Amino acid sequence: MIARWFHRRGWSDLVIGLPYVWLLIFFLIPFLIVVAMSFGTRTSTAPPFGFGGENPAINLAGYARLFSDTLYIRAFVTSLTNAAGAMVLCLLIGYPMALGLTRVDRGWRNILLMLVILPFWTSFLLRVYAWMGLMGSNSWFNKLLTGAWNWLVPQAWDVANVPLMHSNFAVVLVMVYTYLPFMILPLYANLERLDPTLDEAAMDLGSRPFAVFRDVTLPQSIPGIIAGGMLVFIPAAGELVIPTLVGDSSSPMIGRVISDEFSSARDWPMASAVAVALLILMVGPMMIYSRFEARAQARERSE
Amino acid sequence: MKRSNTFLLTMLGFGFAFFYVPILSMIVYSFNGSRLATVWGGFSTKWYGTLLSNAQVGKALWLSLEIALLSSIIATMLGTMAGIALARFTKFRGRTLFSGLVTAPLIMPEVITGISSLIFFILLGQYVGWPSSRGFTTVTLAHITFSMVFVTTIVQSRMLSADRAIEEAAMDLGARPWQVLRDVTLPVISPAILSGWLLAFTISMDDVVITNFTTGPGTTTLPILIWSKVKLGVTPDINALATLIVLTVGLCVLVAGAVMNRAERRAERDRRMAYRANE
Repeated sequence: MIARWFHRRGWSDLVIGLPYVWLLIFFLIPFLIVVAMSFGTRTSTAPPFGFGGENPAINLAGYARLFSDTLYIRAFVTSLTNAAGAMVLCLLIGYPMALGLTRVDRGWRNILLMLVILPFWTSFLLRVYAWMGLMGSNSWFNKLLTGAWNWLVPQAWDVANVPLMHSNFAVVLVMVYTYLPFMILPLYANLERLDPTLDEAAMDLGSRPFAVFRDVTLPQSIPGIIAGGMLVFIPAAGELVIPTLVGDSSSPMIGRVISDEFSSARDWPMASAVAVALLILMVGPMMIYSRFEARAQARERSE
Repeated sequence: MKRSNTFLLTMLGFGFAFFYVPILSMIVYSFNGSRLATVWGGFSTKWYGTLLSNAQVGKALWLSLEIALLSSIIATMLGTMAGIALARFTKFRGRTLFSGLVTAPLIMPEVITGISSLIFFILLGQYVGWPSSRGFTTVTLAHITFSMVFVTTIVQSRMLSADRAIEEAAMDLGARPWQVLRDVTLPVISPAILSGWLLAFTISMDDVVITNFTTGPGTTTLPILIWSKVKLGVTPDINALATLIVLTVGLCVLVAGAVMNRAERRAERDRRMAYRANE
């Protein structure tokens, strides 16, 4: 009886139902709790929030504080500029690399692609840590930079060491380092599919190499640029590990504000309000990304 | 053309230096005899000795492996189901919500996923009585949830590019839907399931943020152990630990890559020979 039901349609209900219910319970409900929490009131009870009773049913104080307390506005601005900076630098470094990859011969290309992907599999935390070793004021890298700086600028501007650690510059640098593969891979996938005869045609018609790049290659690679850009921007804007380890604690990024608000200040409603605000800000980039992703998939299927 | 190629290859060289110099520097400094992590004090392997005698590290590694193995297996099962469901069933009630639920964890900032899971588990413990404390169970549940969607993405895209004609042929020959799934679909997508599992395992082994929020006292995974030490600064024993991890993972990836590359080439050669035999 059960076996027959299973063979007829039970298996399809199971295949849909199990992951569906799992995600409803462990993803959607927790998320909705956070959204509801952002309208709650902080109390000294455990857990530290309240609804109704002596507290207002819907408390918008958290959202009001987002606009009145400059800490939050500054954190949002810092996050967005750091993420945008990382995205632009990734593009400037990643684009020539992706284009270069399409120009080396097959055997080498597979090895080099492997070398791009390899850091992906090694620990994210350790890649951040590797830069902490380089940026410290006594490291060989910092001494090299200090030497170069002191040699370049007039003596009055000499420094004992370059203050790399605990700055927004360090955050951007490490973000570029950890997220660069996210930029290279979609760009490479896009550039690799382009028809090389178009380049040759433009050359034959007398275009200089840079003009060929500007007029032929670049316009065709815009989907890859957008996909790579969003893949860097979205995780970078909500980053927590990098700003905690190498960032400037006096101008924190939003991920760190959420975490501190929650763990140190134990203000769950405020942490939730900041989290919801971050998500609202991210909706734009996410929609751009999913639209281009859907279009790319449709194109792939039609090929 | 020549000049632009030189520029591109230079950038490529610069890029790979950027990728690997920090890691190489870390490896070199793990053999540093000095107690100061960034000042060279002669060659020494003593930090590896310190590391091997540290029972905490072994315990954390073992715990990480347990959580990663358990969570990645369950995540692969759930993720594969979701991938099959989304690729094959175009119409069912709540499909839009389902596909949203599968995409959202991919782009949700980890801090938010971490905090929402923690609040959920705390409230659940308070009002339902389970889980009574946070630790192995809550970390595993959280890992399953955010790694299963990666499996789904991989399986779904493999399903969409797979040839449906084989499934239809099996159906025409009288196989029931369940039999088609077991005998045709699953074997076809098995490479995708394998790479999904590998990704889920790696994500779990590597996770700091979500684990940090959902874990409790006494449950210290390897990344959490490293995280708590690294927050205090660069130390030579962490250099040694990082070197061991990076070399192990690197070696595994290179071997796996070489094996897959060879299998692909063999399949290609077989296909060519089959075509030639047909001519």
